[in-house]
Amino acid sequence: MNTTEQHPADTPRPAPGGRPNTPAALDIRNLRMRLPHTARPVLDGVDLTVGAGETVALVGESGSGKTLTSRTVLRLLPAGTTTEGTVHVAGDDVLTMNARQLRHLRTRTAAMIFQDPRAAINPLRRIGDFLTESVRLNKIMTPAAAQARAGELLEAVGLTTEVPRRYPGQLSGGMLQRVMIAAALMGDPTLLLADEPTTALDVTTQAEVVALLGDLRARFGTGLLFVTHDLGLAAAISDRVYVMYAGRIAETGPAASVFARPRHPYTKALLDSTPGLDAPPGRLVAIDGQPPDLRREPTGCPFAPRCAHATELCTTETPRSMPARGEPAHTAACHHSDRLEGTPGDA
Amino acid sequence: MTMTLVRRPGLARLRATDRGPLYLASAGFVGLVVAVALLAPWIAPHDPNTVELGNALAAPSGDHLLGVDAAGRDTLSRLVVGARTSLLGPLGVVVFSTLAGGAVGVVAGWRGGWLDSLLSRTTELTLAFPGLLLAILFTSVYGEGLLAPVVALSIAYLPYVARLARSLVLAERERPYVAAYRVQGHSGTDVCLRHVVPNIAPVVLAQCTVNFGYALIDLAGLSFLGLGVPALTPDWGRMVFDGKSAIQSGYPLSAIVPCLVIILTVVAFNVVGEHWADKVAGRNR
Amino acid sequence: MPEPLLEVRGLCRTFGDVRAVDDVTFTLPDGGSLGIVGESGSGKTTTARIVVGLDRADAGHVRVRGQDRTTQPRGRAERLARARQIQMVFQDPYLSLDPRTSVEAVLRETLELHRPGTDPAPRIRELLDQVGLGTRAADALPRELSGGQRQRVAIARALAVEPAVLVLDEAVAALDVSVQAQILNLLADIRDATGVGYLFITHDLGVVRCVTDDVIVMRRGRIVESGRTADVLALPNHAYTRLLMDSVPRPGWDPHAIGAARRALRNDDTPA
Repeated sequence: MNTTEQHPADTPRPAPGGRPNTPAALDIRNLRMRLPHTARPVLDGVDLTVGAGETVALVGESGSGKTLTSRTVLRLLPAGTTTEGTVHVAGDDVLTMNARQLRHLRTRTAAMIFQDPRAAINPLRRIGDFLTESVRLNKIMTPAAAQARAGELLEAVGLTTEVPRRYPGQLSGGMLQRVMIAAALMGDPTLLLADEPTTALDVTTQAEVVALLGDLRARFGTGLLFVTHDLGLAAAISDRVYVMYAGRIAETGPAASVFARPRHPYTKALLDSTPGLDAPPGRLVAIDGQPPDLRREPTGCPFAPRCAHATELCTTETPRSMPARGEPAHTAACHHSDRLEGTPGDA
Repeated sequence: MTMTLVRRPGLARLRATDRGPLYLASAGFVGLVVAVALLAPWIAPHDPNTVELGNALAAPSGDHLLGVDAAGRDTLSRLVVGARTSLLGPLGVVVFSTLAGGAVGVVAGWRGGWLDSLLSRTTELTLAFPGLLLAILFTSVYGEGLLAPVVALSIAYLPYVARLARSLVLAERERPYVAAYRVQGHSGTDVCLRHVVPNIAPVVLAQCTVNFGYALIDLAGLSFLGLGVPALTPDWGRMVFDGKSAIQSGYPLSAIVPCLVIILTVVAFNVVGEHWADKVAGRNR
Repeated sequence: MPEPLLEVRGLCRTFGDVRAVDDVTFTLPDGGSLGIVGESGSGKTTTARIVVGLDRADAGHVRVRGQDRTTQPRGRAERLARARQIQMVFQDPYLSLDPRTSVEAVLRETLELHRPGTDPAPRIRELLDQVGLGTRAADALPRELSGGQRQRVAIARALAVEPAVLVLDEAVAALDVSVQAQILNLLADIRDATGVGYLFITHDLGVVRCVTDDVIVMRRGRIVESGRTADVLALPNHAYTRLLMDSVPRPGWDPHAIGAARRALRNDDTPA
């Protein structure tokens, strides 16, 4: 039982790290996606789970498919997209839902927080209207109950009771992102998708928003998929991490293990090229070249052209996800995991 | 299991798609009308002003494909030759209003400050005065001829173009590439003329195509009122005017055909203009 | 005593009631690299815009090798001379290039403006080579290039006039981590090769540590701390600098403590 493909295809498996006997908040299995006019699939066999109440980080650079993966969970896809595989949210398959089920999914089961809170909110409506709109329109709560819930959530995200009467333009970016988080929690979702929720914020505000997300997850038992380009942030907040490259999961495992001992050259290169406060000063170890282009179909490992460890094998055969010795939860799709510095065949 | 997600087909399929049938038909029609106008003297089957009184109000026949009007003139020939005046007028309006309005808008948007207030307020004054009324005033002062209504309508259309150009320049001016050129030592006028104007031009030109349709309708309306185009010159608006008495006698063809052609031409120009505007907006994103 | 390369003294700028830049003073030595760190609203970008001449100061002055550049330039010659003093690389590589102008045309325009009468072709090849772009990229339009490649074009454009100082306003913030490292290394190489001075505006302390010799930390328009980058980052004196450093996420990071520190700092400076 080492690769994810060996699980039976129709029942969602409990996620590692999740609570036993509850279906995973999110279970993506072998998701493949093609857009019109691209030579290679934009998502190529993505397997990803978020257990109930678990925080999972999905890390990747632009074009890696991380945002597309998170949007697929709500079936927010560009027209003409072809998909294969399954996406289960709390046990229900998103890709085969009808319009009514899909609306239920988007209003109740799963919610999304976007990168730029200002772009995701109508500037001419008061915050209170914005918070209660979705549950009122979908008749989930009475207006009074919705008001009460909004007040409770605003307090939980650390905002005062006069905020519902304000307009978005009167709040700072950090406050607005708190409002977005409160709005996302209105329907008491099983799964919260956060797509770069702190990228547009200042670093000190980022810390507050992240602390808040952590508290709320503990309090409401929501599974959290945190999409980010920042490896340090992913390491700091998540239980498990997925690293994506060119539409595939390059590496996944417990956060501590992935950062201490990356088993995929891409993860290692990303860590080395991040100018951190603890790394040695001076020149960075940059990754040469560009990520593969969507117009060309790659053969073998998509990272091979930029990889220092690449051999003949890498350019001909696509590596499968293999678990690390002694650590079955930590897998990497690399032929040469063992050659990476700092991972001498595993302890 | 493979599935393809498709947006629900709606009207979008008809109009918005890159090469929708509506756009192709409209572009084809615009091309046809322009070609007819250019080649009019060679393709018109008869002299548009030859009067065959014995043949007045004749139904379509092999010799007169669209029949003959009340004065005994061949409707098809008048339609073909009339395409010239009917398109030349709006062309004049569009060219003049775009050049003048564009210049005013660019200067107002780029320089800002008091010059912007002066230019914007002045052009907005003309907005308060209906264009058709202005045209009627001009023709009554300067008499018959195409020039007076064209100048009047150009003045009436100028503020719309100026306003569009100004707002585009205001948005473009804030882009970092403009600041980059300033830092490089290029003069403001240089940056404006060599970079800002070419970048906003496609949007303004697309809007002008739409304006062409409106100008055509306005000029046809003036001709219908008997203003502007001299009585004997073939012109679509004038043809509707000439044919209106024939409708009362139960021979509608000589008035309805030019009506249809006017409507189709205006719609076609609008569709083409909007399509270009959409395309330009999409490309800039 | 030789004049410093760039000297900024007593710079002030207010927008309405907001003192965006409040008595900012610093110097950049020849071939040096100075980082200005701060969050949004710290005044770092306004400072940069005043230094390059895109905004004006209410008070204070900016001098390059002793020549004042605070007043509006008079005439074409002075404008061009100012351009050769300080150049700038902007944050967003997608918006800082004219979408209609090819790479080669961008560089040619600048070279023809500053060196009329000389053939720009050899210098264009040299510049493209210097920023690691092949001559094949020369005919490309900005939309055909990746973010990293566009930023290389912007750097080449800034270097074309051989400026004494290069202001980099969040020049790597919009780039992916792997590309960001390439650009930071490229900037280090260029400084070694040409001796140009850098004024590096950023919110990212990791970037500051990587490419600057000296740093100033700005908050609400004022400089709260300055010194050698290594010293400031090793032993920050001001609570705000410490807060900024603690806010950089890494394993074992405590976001709650940062939130508390931030609130404490905010309470400290509410006027009594």
